[in-house]
Amino acid sequence: MSVRKTKYEMPEQDPKERIHNFKEVPYGYSKETAIEEAKRCLQCKNKPCMKGCPVEIDIPGFISCIASGDFEKAAEVIKAKNNLPAVSGRVCPYESQCEGECTIKKIGEPVGIGRLERFIADYERVKGAKIPQKVTSSEKKVAVVGAGPAGLTCAGDLAKMGHTVTVFEALHGPGGVLMYGIPEFRLPKKIVNAEVDYIKKLGVDIRYDMVIGKTITVEELFKEYDAVFVGTGAGLPNWLNIPGENLDGVYSANEFLTRINLMRAYEFPTYDTPIKMGKIVATFGAGNVAMDCARTALRLGAEKSYILYRRTEAEMPARIEEIHHAKQEGVEFKLLTNPLRFIGDVQGHLVEVEYQKMQLGEPDDSGRRRPVPIPGSEEKIHIDTALIAIGQSPNPLIPKSMKGLTLGKHGNIVTDDDGKTSIPGLFAGGDIATGAATVILAMGAGKRAARTIDAYVKAKK
Amino acid sequence: MYKIIEKKVLSENVKQMTIQAPLVAGKAQPGQFIILRIDEKGERIPLTIADFDRKSGTITIIFLEVGKTTQQLGTLNVGDVIENFVGPLGMPSEVKKYGTVVCIGGGVGIAPLYPVVKALREAGNYVISILGAKTQNLLILEKEIQLYSNEFYITTDDGSKGQKGFVSDVLKQVIDKKGTINMVMAIGPIIMMKVVSDVTRKYNIKTLVSLNPIMIDGTGMCGGCRVSVDGKTKFACVDGPEFDGLKVDYDNLMLRNRRFVHEEGAACKLVGVVQ
Ligand SMILES: Cc1cc2nc3c(=O)[nH]c(=O)nc-3n(C[C@H](O)[C@H](O)[C@H](O)COP(=O)(O)OP(=O)(O)OC[C@H]3O[C@@H](n4cnc5c(N)ncnc54)[C@H](O)[C@@H]3O)c2cc1C
Ligand SMILES: Cc1cc2nc3c(=O)[nH]c(=O)nc-3n(C[C@H](O)[C@H](O)[C@H](O)COP(=O)(O)OP(=O)(O)OC[C@H]3O[C@@H](n4cnc5c(N)ncnc54)[C@H](O)[C@@H]3O)c2cc1C
Ligand code: SF4
Ligand code: SF4
Ligand code: FES
Repeated sequence: MSVRKTKYEMPEQDPKERIHNFKEVPYGYSKETAIEEAKRCLQCKNKPCMKGCPVEIDIPGFISCIASGDFEKAAEVIKAKNNLPAVSGRVCPYESQCEGECTIKKIGEPVGIGRLERFIADYERVKGAKIPQKVTSSEKKVAVVGAGPAGLTCAGDLAKMGHTVTVFEALHGPGGVLMYGIPEFRLPKKIVNAEVDYIKKLGVDIRYDMVIGKTITVEELFKEYDAVFVGTGAGLPNWLNIPGENLDGVYSANEFLTRINLMRAYEFPTYDTPIKMGKIVATFGAGNVAMDCARTALRLGAEKSYILYRRTEAEMPARIEEIHHAKQEGVEFKLLTNPLRFIGDVQGHLVEVEYQKMQLGEPDDSGRRRPVPIPGSEEKIHIDTALIAIGQSPNPLIPKSMKGLTLGKHGNIVTDDDGKTSIPGLFAGGDIATGAATVILAMGAGKRAARTIDAYVKAKK
Repeated sequence: MYKIIEKKVLSENVKQMTIQAPLVAGKAQPGQFIILRIDEKGERIPLTIADFDRKSGTITIIFLEVGKTTQQLGTLNVGDVIENFVGPLGMPSEVKKYGTVVCIGGGVGIAPLYPVVKALREAGNYVISILGAKTQNLLILEKEIQLYSNEFYITTDDGSKGQKGFVSDVLKQVIDKKGTINMVMAIGPIIMMKVVSDVTRKYNIKTLVSLNPIMIDGTGMCGGCRVSVDGKTKFACVDGPEFDGLKVDYDNLMLRNRRFVHEEGAACKLVGVVQ
């Protein structure tokens, strides 16, 4: 029997309609399609796909359950390793993770592992997730700082191992970037909330309004807890550092997205936080964050939504699906352009951006060809809103407040592969350790750190 | 949930509340602030810690009712709760012995000035305080600040109390009379801090101001609170809110604080309040 070479399609909302709402774009597989897609899996003995999954899901295992129609068992297999499957099934860059290693890639499209994971997570959520039986308490207490994917994963795993876990979160809600960064149309907030509820049901206590380093220090946490995990993310926005960046109309991606997602400015004035959007919006950068900004701008009524990027499409760091969706929705890409300055009117409102054309030169350290300016190619376009999405650096609050902690050159906390830092009992993982990366890498780091912490607290008398 | 345990009306639109928040009170220092969100639909707004009591675990805030959130806050009463109340945020004031210091407070800026005056006096400084307001009814904390001041002046725009005119007029007189002033601290409307800095710049006096840009998270994540100081971008919530007054780009701050005037007006109309 020959294998079908392409993934079964996942139906999605019509681009013409969806740019007017914040509802989720893909609808997910039906039961029938999920079973058909699962049957494409060859059940390879050496399980190459698993090498690409940082949270170690038994991929052929859960797929074979789907193929035989046992969705509940499939959910159990996934949940044994992954506490947030509805999240990773939606935002994981699977093309470069599990699916990138899939055997079928040699002859066609890989098995839609991400889509199947999403299907099962949604199936289970609707039915009501099963809570694993509590293991006996270890009488050890662990503090987790930050309720993003790294912290939540670490907390969930530690609770499953029988430890008492408290998560300390600076904001008023959980999820980190999942809540304040990634928009509703890509990751509905009620889905994040449902997965966080599962973690709470495992016995994890989450406390909000807790800025560690300010409200309580890490040193104080050590008085009460046997170990501390730091998963405070890469929240610090980077700037272009060009003239005019403080004009009215220039936002960091974080401010723009936080107003809209966490504070729900798209439902202003039912919710109190406002956002002011112009008609002609330019987003700078080409990662997931940039795609989210450009697509959100359209949904808030922008007539034009540009993406300006220094390199070409081949170098864009965003997930393929995001670029595809952005194009479908009418985002206009101005590639090989480098902004020089923002120009304001007499009152200080943004009205123009001046940029220079670029061409690709020799490869740089990252192996990508370095963009070089073309002399005399300056141009100006009219814009009234600029969204700066050129990356985030590690949040400096905790690194700055701790003596004896080894930091990397970008202010990240240096850890080994198991999450150990230079301070005994202090562990870290996710974007705070790696710099801005991905949800699944943060979850993987949280998972490995949980194992290290488990061994550490058990060895402690 | 954070409970309101005391409420006072200080002047026409200025209210004082004491809130139960033991962890914040345990760490609070003069010059720091909190961010609160009244309820699930609310905006996150920053307010300076006007006073704190570590023993009773309380924080006092004083706020001017300017828009939707501050007016809604004003309607809450003793026993009501605020959903979120996080802090202490920002860097504490640079309190040390400078010698002779002038502390200037304008309008509701007098509230955050109070703990600084107190701390500077306790640190052994000779404290000259100048409070300014549009009119007599809008003056707050007169007695409290006077108690900790070696010299004390009041100005009102309409002359209803103290000297008629602006705080900067009195500041010039004080500088001319005293000769050496080691530091000037100014908290109030942006335009006031700008004018004060214009005066102190001429005499080359160290000047500290506390800035109040629009904020959201207060942890350095959004960059909405950025201000330009000495040509560099700083985040007021983590690097400030206190900055070298001689180096702040006040015009940019004024512009950025008006970013949402249209929307804020709409929010107020909706609840039937006049802005
Ligand atoms: C707009 C956007 C879109 C993205 N899209 C994708 C995508 O499609 N796929 C993907 O894989 N990745 C995506 N990413 C990247 C991904 O979201 C991050 O890599 C991931 O969230 C990192 O997880 P984390 O747990 O390390 O940190 P975060 O998610 O940043 O969480 C950190 C948490 O710690 C809290 N915190 C910070 N400081 C303190 C403190 N001092 N005390 C207490 N709490 C604190 C923060 O408030 C936050 O809740 C996107 C990122 C953004 C911004
Ligand atoms: C560090 C700091 C300390 C402050 N301390 C005090 C204080 O002790 N007492 C006091 O009365 N006020 C203080 N403020 C100002 C106070 O935060 C604003 O008055 C309040 O946010 C207004 O909200 P509103 O909804 O009532 O009014 P709105 O109608 O929303 O806004 C009125 C004006 O307030 C400012 N503002 C609006 N939203 C915010 C926001 N999220 N963050 C900051 N400013 C905003 C804008 O300039 C706006 O034009 C402080 C501000 C900062 C940054
Ligand atoms: S979590 Fe990501 S890498 Fe792991 S199976 Fe799911 S989609 Fe693949
Ligand atoms: S590599 Fe692909 S085909 Fe093989 S087991 Fe994994 S998912 Fe199935
Ligand atoms: S309030 Fe968001 S960075 Fe300061």
